[in-house]
Order: sequence, then structure tokens, then C-alpha cells
Amino acid sequence: MSGAHVSTTINGDAVEFACPQDESLLDALRNRVGLTGVKEGCGTGDCGACSITLDGRLVCSCLVLGVEANGKQIGTVEGLADGDQLHPLQEKFIEHAALQCGICTPGFLVAAKVLLERNPDPSETEIRYALAGNLCRCTGYDKIVRAVQAAGKEMRKQNKKKAKKKKKK
Amino acid sequence: MKQDTNFTNQEFRVIGTRVKRPDGIDKVTGRARYGADATAPGQLVGMFLRSPHAHARIKKLDVSRAEKLQGVKAVITSADLPDEHCGGDRELLNILENCMARGRALYDGHAVAAVAAVDATTAKKALKLIKIDYEKLPHVTDVDEAMQADAPVIHDWVYTVGVEPQPNKPSNVSMRAQFGHGDVEAGFKEADVIIEKSYKTGQTHQGYIEPHACLANMSPDGSGELWVTTQGHFAYRNTCAQILGLNMAKLKVTSSEIGGGFGGKTHVWIEPIALALSRKANRPVKVVMSREEVFRASGPTSSTSIDVKIGATKDGRITAATSECRYQGGAFPGTWALIGAMTSFAPYDLKNVQTVSYDVVCNRPKVAAYRAPSAPMAAFAVESTVDLVAQELGIDPIDFRILNAAKEGTQSSYGPVYGPIGIGPTLDAAKSHPHMKAKLGKNQGRGMACGFWFNFGGQTSTTINVAADGTVNLSVGTVDVGGSRASLSLICAEELGIPYEQVKAHIGDTAALAHNDMTDGSRGTFASGMATIVAARRTIEVLKQRAATAWEIPVEEVEWKDGCAHAVGEAHADKAPLSLAEIAANTENTGGPIAGHNEFVADGAGVSFASHICDVEVDPETGSTRVIRYTVIQDAGKAIHPDYVEGQFQGGAAQGIGWALNEEYIYGDDGRLQNPGFLDYRIPVCSDLPFIDTQILEIPNPNHPYGVRGVGETSIVPPLAAVANAVSNAVGVRMTQVPISPPRILAALDAESA
Repeated sequence: MSGAHVSTTINGDAVEFACPQDESLLDALRNRVGLTGVKEGCGTGDCGACSITLDGRLVCSCLVLGVEANGKQIGTVEGLADGDQLHPLQEKFIEHAALQCGICTPGFLVAAKVLLERNPDPSETEIRYALAGNLCRCTGYDKIVRAVQAAGKEMRKQNKKKAKKKKKK
Repeated sequence: MKQDTNFTNQEFRVIGTRVKRPDGIDKVTGRARYGADATAPGQLVGMFLRSPHAHARIKKLDVSRAEKLQGVKAVITSADLPDEHCGGDRELLNILENCMARGRALYDGHAVAAVAAVDATTAKKALKLIKIDYEKLPHVTDVDEAMQADAPVIHDWVYTVGVEPQPNKPSNVSMRAQFGHGDVEAGFKEADVIIEKSYKTGQTHQGYIEPHACLANMSPDGSGELWVTTQGHFAYRNTCAQILGLNMAKLKVTSSEIGGGFGGKTHVWIEPIALALSRKANRPVKVVMSREEVFRASGPTSSTSIDVKIGATKDGRITAATSECRYQGGAFPGTWALIGAMTSFAPYDLKNVQTVSYDVVCNRPKVAAYRAPSAPMAAFAVESTVDLVAQELGIDPIDFRILNAAKEGTQSSYGPVYGPIGIGPTLDAAKSHPHMKAKLGKNQGRGMACGFWFNFGGQTSTTINVAADGTVNLSVGTVDVGGSRASLSLICAEELGIPYEQVKAHIGDTAALAHNDMTDGSRGTFASGMATIVAARRTIEVLKQRAATAWEIPVEEVEWKDGCAHAVGEAHADKAPLSLAEIAANTENTGGPIAGHNEFVADGAGVSFASHICDVEVDPETGSTRVIRYTVIQDAGKAIHPDYVEGQFQGGAAQGIGWALNEEYIYGDDGRLQNPGFLDYRIPVCSDLPFIDTQILEIPNPNHPYGVRGVGETSIVPPLAAVANAVSNAVGVRMTQVPISPPRILAALDAESA
């Protein structure tokens, strides 16, 4: 199988890679770009450990071909923090002990980020259904849901502050 | 290690606080490196060819075309793995044969060959070029069927151990074991009520999200390195070295971050083969299992078939209890049923009790540990029957359990006499828990159940190294499966009297520390914690000596308090305390680097008990069940880091709920696994569960300086029965088989109405 050249933007940076046409985006990100924060738990789209955003849409990168990323914007867990400033979700996951082994955490963080961007104040049920595509075997989800609730609250507070500042200007 | 412990006035500085875990940032930024995240220059991709048959003779195995394919660097079959290194040790031979079939495939997914190639595409192509002629053999996958006289006998060398006289014919029953005391016949005669019932449980998988993965790097001189996701890198080293004929010390095994194990990463599967491929190719080889391989060819837990009989008097005292536990152990003999028999009635104070168990070989993957291995199934059968007896007597199920609960001084059903234990307190806490007062609606039911786990100690080695600025490295050899680096750092900080942030804990590789048993049996924080306490106290002895040297006074006049050496007595009033950092900065002049270490067997693990309460709602139209409320009450002895203790409680409960309602290996008539993926083997997802309430009780373990018991496993023991009791109460029909899937509930309802 011949290779293909792929030009994409990953976490804001222009990235180019070459991969076989039948290679998953997951494998390309892990093995060619070196973003091993994207995890493989199943390879069949059932566990969500490989969750990324593709042009803002939440996808399992194991179900996308590397070549499909051409010209697209990719977001991974590696792009969540702003320099040394952790994303509120990252902060709250640590604070609330929302991870044990941590293998599912990158996927949960990316999925939760997409949720909070679309729905800044989700109910518990909304959080549970939004994250139903991400499997965690350690926590029973309790502390994950609480961490997402806490991050949502924190982000709403931050957004309010930002809005106030804007108004003043 | 027997400790004089005064728990009543024990005050802690940092133990019991909810500090941030030291590996948190690595794990939320994607930086943490797991089994599949390592690379080495020139690495090859290793892949396995696996049997599509449940049981088959390998008549011909031709790898020549695969070997000739461009880009293939090594092909391994059992011919490359001589059994001579096993020295006739049956257990090692079984491990070797489980890693690679030897003339016969024993289950669907059994490895028959492996290749190492320059990339995955080439490796896959090579697997297709391997030619195998199979002759299908009769198979058996059900535990009860495998015990029948006419069942196909899987191994001609398996003779039942533990029966007199020793059988003269091989069978699939590898072991019979028996525990108990008193006279059960006499006890049943005293009973006013006797309930006897049979139960079955499906085979489940630990379901860790990270598949098995390793990076093997062998040199032609017999030395090598293995990076691997494991619960026990020392055990992996020893086993790999033994079956491959290597010197243990020349094989350095480093445990990666582990993406869940729950007992499933305590055995080798791909690792010896990856090393053998690397040795043959003289290149690094990376092997990562697919999810399908994890299901078909790692080590799920037993399916079981269990009979329980309990007799009691009208006033609610159990007079006699028996269980017969039949555990399917997969393709090789194990000792899983034995544990089922030991744990069956552990929560109760029984005058007459007898438990019998049978380990049974079947054409399924060799069973491995799964969180409190074997206990949940026995607890399901016993706790369901306990509910039935209580119901028959018209006594509240919690009251009935309180009446019969074991206490300090009770002889356990498996032999030992209990010290201080927590079953009574967890039951009392359950009785007064607000959960019990929550109103139940239509089609809803409440159930409760108890659980027990031994907890382990075992061989442990820990080192503390003091850096020149007074910060401290803590090296432990028990893999951190759920936050133990935080707990152990807390313990180290507590002992040394320094802030938590001043300690950096890490998991030492097999070359850096002496042997450590695996992180299993809930022993991580118990055993490494105990070892850390001893290592810290030894470090303090060195620190005191150094202060004495600097002050030029006898060490007897130096005391360690709040992270500083203090010179004791009026004569030394002029001497300001020396902090750990000050002493550490001056080691060159006082005797050299400062370290403290400890190597020992961590004896004295304290048994732990839990009581769970579960509310469910069952849809009578579809048979679908929803857990709507769940409470875990468990004795932790002492909770070092309460967040991660709660996490263990919640995680175990969730796994148990999955086992109770959904999860099950489904084999076809052809003996092949039909659901080797997360779509059809459905573990609980976020929307399936409610918040899981927890209550930590602290009944100190007198054998640990802080009172710690293990916390990891007990929480998976009660849920099967708690859910089953709740469902049975909701629908009015006793459910005797897990998973309690919708078709099973509908069938039970149909049978009841017919």
C-alpha cells in the first residue's frame, strides 16, 4: 500500500506526516507524530481512550484514517494546557482524584472539554450521557462526574470574569 | 513484624489528608508513559497467530514462507522454546505452554506462532503465510459439563489432587479442597429452616482499558531489558528468565505506568515471546495486544457453579452451613476454587460449617486473578441464600446478618481465629445509613450483602535516598495501580516529619531494588507502607547519628522531631535544631550519603469486610435493570489517603455491578468466544451508574503501625449478591444466575407467572 502525505494542524501547530492510506489516525498520531497521550484501548470505537477533536468534533481517532486528517484541525490531550497553565478540567481531575490508573483520562478530558464548550452548565445526567462513550474501569465514574461538575463551575466563573472585563473595556 | 501499637491516641500530621497525587500532571497532560508508549531504536513489531479452535491437535506448522517474507526478522513457535529450562516444574511448563501452544491448541485464542517484522503491515502479512493443519478435538467449556464422566479429558496428566484414594484415571478436576469445622449434619438437625439453592456465575474479564503491551530488548549475550505494563515486574522477570533460561539479574524489567490490572496483569503472556523474538532477531521488539486478544487470550476469572445450604433456628441463629464450589479454571490447573471455599462463609460466626471446592480444567483461557479472586462468586451464592433464610424466618436481612456476624475471637470458616474485625461495625453502619430510609418506588427493590477479603503482605523492599537539599526519593517495588505513590509519600513524610511535597516517590526497576512481590492481594499500601515506615525510621537513625557527629555529642542525646534533630538536655540549650536539609547539606563531613532501606516479609495483613446496599429499578417489560442508589461501607483499618480509598470502594462496586448485570463471556457450541470486544462484552458506562456513596470505617489492624488494612479488593465481593438481592426483591423472583441480564429476568418472570 502506497503512503500518503498529510498536512494538518495539531493543537494549533502545523504538522505534516506521511502514512499508509489504511492507517488509522490513532496510529499515525501515536507512531508518526509522537503524541502518545492518545491511547488505544480497543481499536473499535468502544472505549473512547483515543478521543480527539477533528475540526472541533469529538471522534475516536481509531475510527478515522490518518489521510482523513488532511487539511483538518486536530485537538488532543497534549493541547489542553495553556503553557504551564493547566486547563480547569485537568486541575479538577487531579483535585477530585478522578483518575486512578489514568489510561482513560486523556479521552475523558477531551470529551469533557467538548461537552463544556457546548453546554457550560450540564446536569449530572447530561454529563453521564456525554461521557458514556468513554470507558473507565477504575473509578466507577463517581469522581470523574464530580470533577467535570467542578470544572464546569470554575469555567463559568472564569467566563463571567472575562465578560466583565470586556464590558469594562 | 509484630508492633506494639497504641491506636487510641495516635495523631497524624499528614496521614489522612487528601493531597494531590505526584503523578497527576503527567496523567492529565498525556505525558505518562504506559506499556505501549515506549520506543527503542530499530524496534520491530511483534504479532501473534492464534488458534481459531477450542481444542485442536496441531498436525503441521509450517512457517517457512513467513520467514522468507521481506521485512520479517524472526518467527517463533514452540520449537524455539525448549522446555528444558523449566526443569520439570509443572507450573512453569504450564506457563510456557500457555504462552505458546505445544502440539495442541487448548482454547480459542491460544497462541501458536509469533512473528517480528519491520512494521505492522509486514507482520500481518507474515501471519497469513504461516500454514497450520489442525485436527479438531472434542472440547468442553462449561464447568459442570467438564466434570461429567463422559467429558473430553483435556490433559492426560491431570489427576484430582485432594481426594482419597488418589484417582487412577485422569479427569478435568484438578483439585478438591475442603474447609470448615463442627458437625454440619448435627447442625442441620437443629435447624428450624433449611434453604438449599444452586447458583451459576458467568465468566468475566478484569476489563482494564490498557491492553497488555511490552517492549523487549535482548542481547545475544543473554542480557536484556523489558519495559512492560505489569502488576509485578519482579515476578515477570523471574518467570521470563526461568522459562527462557536467562540469568534473572541480567534481565532488567521496568514497570511502565499501568492502565489497570485488577489481577489480570499478574501473569505473563506476550512477554516471554517478545523476549524470544528479540533474542532471535537481535532487535528490540514491541508487542501490543489488540482488545480481541485481551479477551480471548489473557486471564479472565472463573465461571462457576455453586451449591449452598444454610440452616437456622427460628430466633435467627445459623446452625449449619455448607457450600460446594465448582470453578472453571481454563486450560490449566489452578487453585481458584480453593479461595472460593475459603471465603464462602468468612463473614459469619458458625458452629458448624463445611465448604468444598473443585478446580476444573476447561477449553477456555487460563484463569488469572480478578480483584479478590474467587470471592465474589462464593459471596453471591452465600449472600443470596442468607437473604432467603432471613426472608423465610421473617427477620430483616441486616438484623439476621448482625445476629450471625463473626467477631474478634470467632474461628473463621477457613481456619484462623479473627483478631479485631469490621464486619459487625459495617453492618451496624448499614443499618443506620440514610440509604436504608430512602423511599422505594414502583418496580424498585433494595438488597444488601456482605463481603470479605484476606489481604496480603508478602516480600517487600523499599529504599529512601536523601538528596543534598533535604528532599527525599522514595523507591518502592510495588507497582502503583491506583494512587499508592501518594499514600506512600504521605507515610514517608509522616515518619520523617517533613512536608508531603518534599518526598518524590517512584517505582524502582528490578535492578534498583531487591525483590518485591506483585501489587496484588490489596498489599501495595499495606506492605510498601510498612516497609517505608521501617526504612524511614532507619533513615532517622542515620540522620540522628550525623547530627551527633556535627555537634560532637553522643547520639543518645539526639532526638528526631518535626523533621529536625534536637539535642536533648540543658547542656545543649545553645544548640539550634538541625533540619533534615541542613544535615543533608553536610553529609560530606559527617559520613557520606544518607539512605535508609528495608527488605522484609510484610506479615500481619488485616482481613477486611464490607457491607453494600443497593437499590435497583427493573423494567418488567424489557427486563432491563438500573442501579439507582448504591452505598459501600468498608473497614479500611486506617485510610492513608481517603480519596483513593473511596476510589477503590467505588471502582470495585462498579466492576461488581457490571458482573451482576451485564458482563459475561459467551461461548458458541464450537467453543469459540463470541463477544471478544467492549461492544458485546459490556462493562458499565458512565450513564449506567449513579453516584456511589462510600463510608470508610477505621478498625485498626493491630499488626500495622498505623492500623492499615488493604482496601483494594473487598469492594468487588458484595455487589453480585447485593444487586441480585435487590433485583429479586424488586421483581419477587429469586435470581440465581449472574449476569442478571434482561432475557434472564424475563425468563424468570415468565416461569413465575406460568
